[in-house]
Amino acid sequence: MSQDKTLLDVRGLRTAFHTEAGAWPAVDGVDFTVRRGEIVGLVGESGSGKSVTGFSLIGLIDPPGEVVAGEVIFDGIDLCTQTEEQLRKLRGDRIAMIFQDPLMTLNPVLKVGEQMREAIFTHYPKTTRKQADARCVEALEMVGIPSAATRLDNYPHEFSGGMRQRVAIAIAMLNQPELIIADEPTTALDVTIQGQILYQMQKLCRAHDTALIWITHDLGVVAELADRVAVMYAGRIVETGTVDEVLSAPRHPYTRGLLDSMPSTAEPGQRLHQIDGMAPTLAGREIGCAFRPRCPNAIARCAEVPPENTVEGKRSYRCYVPLVQELV
Amino acid sequence: MALFILRRLLQSLFVLLAVSVVVFFAVYAVGDPIELLVSPEVGQAERQALIARLGLDLPIWQQYGHFLWNALHGDLGNSFVHGMPAVELIVQRIPATFELVVVAITLTCIIGIPLGLVAGLYRDAPLGRGIMATSVLGFSLPNFWQGMVFILLFAVWLGWLPASGRGPTVDVLGVPFSIFTAEGWRHVAMPAVNLAIANIALVLRLTATGVVEARSQDYVKFARAKGVKPGRIVRRHILRNILIPVVTVIGMEFGSLIAYSTITETVFSWPGMGKLLIDSVYQLDRPVVVAYVMLVTLIFVVINLIVDILYAVLDPRVQLLEPAH
Amino acid sequence: MADPNQTKRVPTRGPMLETPRRNAILKKLNARPTVRGSAIALAVLMLFVLIAPYFAPQNPYDLMALNIMDGRLAPGAESMEGGRYWLGTDSQGRDMLSAILYGLRISLLVGLSAVLLSTLIGSFLGLLAAFKGGWIDTAIMRLVDFILGFPTILVALVLLAVMGRGVDKVVIALVVVQWAHYARIMRGRALQERRKEYIEAAQNLGFPAWRIMLFHLMPNCLSPVMVFATIQIATAIVLEATLSFLGVGVPVTEPSLGLLIASGFEYLLSGDYWISMFPGIALLLLILSINIIGDRMRASLDPR
Repeated sequence: MSQDKTLLDVRGLRTAFHTEAGAWPAVDGVDFTVRRGEIVGLVGESGSGKSVTGFSLIGLIDPPGEVVAGEVIFDGIDLCTQTEEQLRKLRGDRIAMIFQDPLMTLNPVLKVGEQMREAIFTHYPKTTRKQADARCVEALEMVGIPSAATRLDNYPHEFSGGMRQRVAIAIAMLNQPELIIADEPTTALDVTIQGQILYQMQKLCRAHDTALIWITHDLGVVAELADRVAVMYAGRIVETGTVDEVLSAPRHPYTRGLLDSMPSTAEPGQRLHQIDGMAPTLAGREIGCAFRPRCPNAIARCAEVPPENTVEGKRSYRCYVPLVQELV
Repeated sequence: MALFILRRLLQSLFVLLAVSVVVFFAVYAVGDPIELLVSPEVGQAERQALIARLGLDLPIWQQYGHFLWNALHGDLGNSFVHGMPAVELIVQRIPATFELVVVAITLTCIIGIPLGLVAGLYRDAPLGRGIMATSVLGFSLPNFWQGMVFILLFAVWLGWLPASGRGPTVDVLGVPFSIFTAEGWRHVAMPAVNLAIANIALVLRLTATGVVEARSQDYVKFARAKGVKPGRIVRRHILRNILIPVVTVIGMEFGSLIAYSTITETVFSWPGMGKLLIDSVYQLDRPVVVAYVMLVTLIFVVINLIVDILYAVLDPRVQLLEPAH
Repeated sequence: MADPNQTKRVPTRGPMLETPRRNAILKKLNARPTVRGSAIALAVLMLFVLIAPYFAPQNPYDLMALNIMDGRLAPGAESMEGGRYWLGTDSQGRDMLSAILYGLRISLLVGLSAVLLSTLIGSFLGLLAAFKGGWIDTAIMRLVDFILGFPTILVALVLLAVMGRGVDKVVIALVVVQWAHYARIMRGRALQERRKEYIEAAQNLGFPAWRIMLFHLMPNCLSPVMVFATIQIATAIVLEATLSFLGVGVPVTEPSLGLLIASGFEYLLSGDYWISMFPGIALLLLILSINIIGDRMRASLDPR
């Protein structure tokens, strides 16, 4: 029984991908927590392991991938030790997921209504068709899709990209989950649509007290949407904290680099800032801190041992030479 | 949709016309047409009369015109051997072939698809690998020899089934069918299985690869994320998606089976169209050969049309793409 | 200050070698068979078949060597001269073993020549269609669609009915039917490759069109054609056997396996199975080997 507000507690999660040579950890010891009703942004560039983290939480990693170590404690239950059937019962009911590409996640040969109803029937088989339809219509209206009732009989290709993603969100909310994992849901969409969807999601989560993990590469999105943020680099979480704290006074040089690179922080006419170098590949990570080759402040120790997590009040970071100044 | 059908109909007509031209010129213009069409046993005077009547002294284009005109009236000449209209001769044999093909296709569906499903779902397990390996045998066996092995095994050595011929028939809607008699089943069993085996192997492999591909699709992962039961994922998500290509292949195979029935019918002395064709080729009964080609082309064209329409019906994406031309 | 261009090599982390389910997962990541291995296996097989008749105890074409009194002897029976007919004899007194060895060679020769010619003609036309485009493309592809719309066996049958029997005629019939497959495959691949930069570069360098087509484009489009061709050898062999069985293929003077099997059909019911069965087993083994090799070749080229 958890009376405290922690809903999800991830400890030491490690997910590796097998090749003939050996297994490379895409997620390399990740810890973070999510409280009830909290919106957490998981930020990182391509290859940082953020999507893999999302899939690992609910056991959707298929071979050649494997969750190698760690605990994912959801309301007192360790998801890593659950059987596939036990996980299946949680997925779509208490924990829902939204994928990145709305085109491929809906089955093109089945009607949208059927794909929505099956999410209900699989967990609540006693629901009648009428009740299920009513819930679906309600969910579609909630995400702002007009003429919801007729839309149930449409096929996925009859919706636009933004609408399809809204349908995916509606499906996620159908059974009133306690946690939603959203894997870059707006990356494939138009910027204006993105704004609408962000707004919708925030509203829904607040209204239903649903926790949300929003996985993205866009720090700007996190700034608008989230309560807390976790920054990922090369399979590790290098900084966490509230959005205000982290964005106004980042501790980790990578976070600082990300902030500086955002077009919105640049002066008009000024050249956009870039972090030197490139993120390492799965097999090319250094022994010490993975960010060291690109870090302006690196010291000798950074090449030897990866930094431990330093906790500072409600925030944390992994760095031997953290930044201490406040950003203007 | 109507536009689609109309366009396909026109294409089909064009194909029929093209075939008629090819066949006509192959048979009536290559070599000495007189020798080909006039039975060699006929006397000199009758030869002249026949030549005149058949119009073989006319220019080739006029001959083709006559040929086409007659063809449209269902007259494709008379058989040398049997003396009756070639078309009638072939049509008489259609029910037998049709019977064989239908049983073979049914076997293909009830054996090929489930086995393919299992092979695809258990691809890495010994079961899946075993099924796929056996399927290679299925399409490696030469069809005619396979039939002979069956005869040797079941008719000569075990004596369970008759070695040749069609069983007693019963008239259904005026058409004689043998599958409605018990004895008829004993006769149709081996030929139908013989015809079906290569097809089963093909459909099996197609289904298996389809399943493997469908499984790796995002919508399957998404269904899992929704908590949908594995059984339902296979039934509704995977099956619906692979059924489309599988159904079209089976449809196309229908025509192919009619062609391959020539072999099976020869081995088992099954009195169908195929055996008639082989006999006619052997006996140099060319009008029958011509008639067979024309009729079979017609059948193929019709089947292809039906399959295309079926495809458009089954895959909701197709219709939307058509008008976007 | 970090120097992104530093030349000193910094050690990177090695992979994990032990995980809870590594063994199970590795089993699924099968080692893929190599294309080279398959190609070598195929070449060895063919060489073997082509040479085999030199080891045959009897020349089945030499009518003087046949003894009709030795006709229809069961496998293992002794011959008049004291040798053994290990696989029996047919109705003419031919030693089945020798006949099979010679028959295998004919089957393989027909299959190979048919495939070779089809590949050459089909690939060239497909390449032409893709490279030139326009009405040439349409004309060729319409013809391809037309031919592929009919079952191979039927077209071959009718062609041979018109042309008569003979090894060369069988090859012609097979080529007429098969070239369309290669044309379609080649064209598909060539259309993809044509857009690539190296073609554009070659055009800018002023190479004549035919040169680009043959020396730049073609080599890169060969792999799907090669795989298909390998499997088609088996198909061509079966087709020839079937046509010969039906009586429209090779003439009686040069019996292929199909003809041998046909000649034994009438004796099947009386229990003299060896005349039909042994050639069939030989045919099956040949086809099976080619199909398995072709399958492995296909699997090794498949990105999945």
